[in-house]
Amino acid sequence: MSRKTWMLLAAVVLLTVLPLLWSATPGAEHATAADGAGERFEGADARAQRAITQIAPHYQPWFRPVLEPSSNEIASLLFALQAAFGAGVIGYWLGFSRARAAQHRDD
Amino acid sequence: MHIMEGFLPFRHALAWTAASAPFLAFGLASVSRHLRAHPQQRMLLGVSCAFAFLLSALKLPSVTGSCSHPTGVGLGALLFGPVAMVPVGFVVLLFQALLMAHGGLTTLGANVFSMAIVGPFTAYGVFRLGCALGLGRSGAVFMAACLGDLATYVTTSFQLALAFPDPVGGTWVSFEKFAGIFALTQLPLAITEGLLTVLVVNAMAQFNAHELRLMPVLAYPRRSAP
Repeated sequence: MSRKTWMLLAAVVLLTVLPLLWSATPGAEHATAADGAGERFEGADARAQRAITQIAPHYQPWFRPVLEPSSNEIASLLFALQAAFGAGVIGYWLGFSRARAAQHRDD
Repeated sequence: MHIMEGFLPFRHALAWTAASAPFLAFGLASVSRHLRAHPQQRMLLGVSCAFAFLLSALKLPSVTGSCSHPTGVGLGALLFGPVAMVPVGFVVLLFQALLMAHGGLTTLGANVFSMAIVGPFTAYGVFRLGCALGLGRSGAVFMAACLGDLATYVTTSFQLALAFPDPVGGTWVSFEKFAGIFALTQLPLAITEGLLTVLVVNAMAQFNAHELRLMPVLAYPRRSAP
């Protein structure tokens, strides 16, 4: 891999890790004022849900999810499966393409 | 992060579904026509799908102290055109709505509109603009994927603001509130998506030059690399 690739990967890792360190105060300034105190690093959709109940306190969701993962563990299992599927296909393509390119060079 | 199940009033849900449906039908037709004409591009379409699956499964922390996920639809929009990504985004959203209670069936139309229509079209438009302005390939790809991702969440905020205008300040105040939650959180994630998309496009340029020649990403004349 080229140096540029490594630098891009390092930037991706930093962008993911730094927020964990930087927004160290629970909930950060954003959660407290705008939409009530929430857990650290909860989903943005949970925050939006709270903002909705603030704006329209009487709003009743009129439909329930068909299937709800029975626990957080099951939910993360499904998300992991989704990511594994994606990563698997991308890995297959990269391996296949590299091997094909190497073969072309040998011929 | 998509609009939660049942959290759009019935009329809004219906309207967004009606707005998305023609794009979906057109997208399906366009993809199948494209694959019939260029069967050798099947694998790259698979990679674009896989990229969207992978990225939208990754909930990443952001500077706002909450989590959200990238969309991954920019890559496919650059390769196959924005319409082709409508069915892809639809499948991802349907999967998450049915099995994970993430997003929802009633909000599927609205979520398809933001993630599978506005996102890819923005990405494609920004890419063309970037090329016209003389950005190199990596720069244009980065801007496209990054802004496409951001546009998705700005649209989500707008959709929620329309449905839930602030009782005092109206839609605009509401929009600021939702954008503060969705779009602000999305900023670093959009950059991440831009960088990852550049990585994949670079790999494709190296290994799939033959297939890429027929695609928008390489359709513009390449200047000599700096």
